[in-house]
Amino acid sequence: MNDKDGQNKMNNIDHQSLTPPRSEIGLLGWLRKNLFSSLSNTILTVAAIGFLLWLLPPLFEWAILDSIWMADSRKECWAKMEVPEGAACWAFIKDRLGLFVYGFYPMDQRWRVDLSFILLICAIFCVLYEKLPGRKFGLMFAIAFPFITGWLLIGGFGLELIETDKFGGIMLTLIIGVTGISFSLPIGIILALGRRSNMPVLKSLCVMFIEFIRGVPLIALLFIASTMLNFFLPPGTQFDLLMRVLIMVTLFSAAYIAEVVRGGLQGIPTGQYEAADALGLTYFKAHWLIILPQALKISIPGIVNTFIGLYKDTTLVIIIGLLDPLGIGRASLSDAVWAGLAKEVYLFVAIFFFVCCFAMSRYSLWLEKRLSTEN
Amino acid sequence: MPEKRKHKKKSSSKKRLPRKIEKSKTIIEISEMHKWFGSFHVLKDINLRISAGEKIVICGPSGSGKSTLIRCINRLEEHQRGQIFVDGMELTDDLKGIELVRSEVGMVFQQFNLFPHLTVLENCSLALVWVRNLPKSEAEDIALKYLERVKIPEQAQKYPGQLSGGQQQRVAIARSLCMNPKIMLFDEPTSALDPEMIKEVLDVMIELAETGMTMLVVTHEMGFATAVADRVIFMDDGQIIEQNNPKDFFEKPKHKRTKLFLSQILAH
Ligand SMILES: Nc1ncnc2c1ncn2[C@@H]1O[C@H](COP(=O)(O)OP(=O)(O)OP(=O)(O)O)[C@@H](O)[C@H]1O
Ligand SMILES: [Mg+2]
Repeated sequence: MNDKDGQNKMNNIDHQSLTPPRSEIGLLGWLRKNLFSSLSNTILTVAAIGFLLWLLPPLFEWAILDSIWMADSRKECWAKMEVPEGAACWAFIKDRLGLFVYGFYPMDQRWRVDLSFILLICAIFCVLYEKLPGRKFGLMFAIAFPFITGWLLIGGFGLELIETDKFGGIMLTLIIGVTGISFSLPIGIILALGRRSNMPVLKSLCVMFIEFIRGVPLIALLFIASTMLNFFLPPGTQFDLLMRVLIMVTLFSAAYIAEVVRGGLQGIPTGQYEAADALGLTYFKAHWLIILPQALKISIPGIVNTFIGLYKDTTLVIIIGLLDPLGIGRASLSDAVWAGLAKEVYLFVAIFFFVCCFAMSRYSLWLEKRLSTEN
Repeated sequence: MPEKRKHKKKSSSKKRLPRKIEKSKTIIEISEMHKWFGSFHVLKDINLRISAGEKIVICGPSGSGKSTLIRCINRLEEHQRGQIFVDGMELTDDLKGIELVRSEVGMVFQQFNLFPHLTVLENCSLALVWVRNLPKSEAEDIALKYLERVKIPEQAQKYPGQLSGGQQQRVAIARSLCMNPKIMLFDEPTSALDPEMIKEVLDVMIELAETGMTMLVVTHEMGFATAVADRVIFMDDGQIIEQNNPKDFFEKPKHKRTKLFLSQILAH
């Protein structure tokens, strides 16, 4: 028997390539291979399906099927339900959506925020989408973007001045997040290069800065920003609270980026530096053209990880009195008309953050994949 | 096929003479040069004069300082005592001077050191654009010309990781040649290659030698030394022990250490 089998197999060598056996292809093949390949795998699959069946339908019912979108108060909301409190009352979020998005920005000036959102989307598109025709101008626009938006949101030069303490909600999160992300990357790179430099003074300055920032919690830095900075500034100078927060958040994340990038730089073989030097490239050109593109590519997961951390840490500004979506949500809950709808508020805020962070994470995966097929 | 190609190359290589080179003009002069790594005395009292167009092969046991010596010539390593003149310019701490010298001196490494994130064409045209300030299209034309010379124009759009070792090393040679250097340094260019690829790289180097390029080659390929070198230098323990034309060097080595070394590598 065995012998015969062996012979058959031998004969097959001469055959042309065959289609794979039925068990390998199609839906059934896929199921068998991925979900039921072994006893433990089967148990896990069944358990996971059971868990999802237990979790999803009630959640779906609560959040979507039975939910109430039209109401003027919590009482009205609950009155409309079969079981009071048995479903989500999204009418509350709808009612407060303006607050969630614009904070306390004056009603008649909100178009400025809307315009900024649109410009932000354009700028992100210009930076991230490389095949854009005329990308040079796109990048120039992206560099000008923070200044245009700064003017648009704060005002002056023909626009009505708006105090930054009116900023809040999603708009505030985006301002802090986008500023932090776009400034902490270049600062972090410079710090990383400084830390690897062979000029002792520069090097120890960078090391001290990075270690200090990494050794202090962001909350403490924010308190320093809101209270202590006045000691260091000449008396009488007005220094906007939001501006201080922006600086602190940027520096905080720059220190982390610096360490991530330093790790990437260490992954570059010395041969790359030598080849660049041997061609006569200057320090700056060698880093810009040869070293950093490779080092940053290795660092993408770490960099994006830091950015996601920064983005979520923006919620900490609540403790120095700025109201991001979470802060707005908490403040709204104390409104007697709506009080008691905490689930809806927190779910809404969670979804907002999740969408942003998940997008960043997906983009980084996509970028990594594209760069790795490149070579 | 290779025969034919070679033929074509030869007839056209005259036209591509990189530069008018006056023979016997000194292009590298090293005098009483010493170098230390920390307290370790790597190079001891090196004196060397190289004429334009000369082909020098440097050999010696591992750790004898061969790499360090040729890396001093484009100041990838600093020397601490003595003087090095390259094409009339002394190598000092002056950064601008060093970058100028480096753009005149090509270097080929054992590990190729191509830039993995750039295509072959970009690898070659990069320095033309960023050091020589040529427009991109012109730089790419020059790069293609040299890729043809090392016989791989068809790989121009690939990335280094997609090429064999021998092809990568030829790209590395083309990358250096694009800068139209006066001097080419080779640090064991074939040591990291599989035997069947060594020949394709050596062939390119032999052709390059025929154009009159000044070449310093650290290698243990004695066939190459015999065919191409004007002078073979033997180093041991950070010193130049002996130098001679290849014939006399291999047949009548004077120094005991040279004899020992030659007997060892010939035994392989
Ligand atoms: N950056 C460095 N720091 C300290 N010592 C070094 C450094 N580079 C080389 N050396 C030492 O200097 C000596 C000479 O090194 P070098 O690389 O010039 O030798 P080599 O003749 O090229 O040897 P090989 O044939 O192995 O390449 C060796 O003993 C080596 O260990
Ligand atoms: Mg060596």
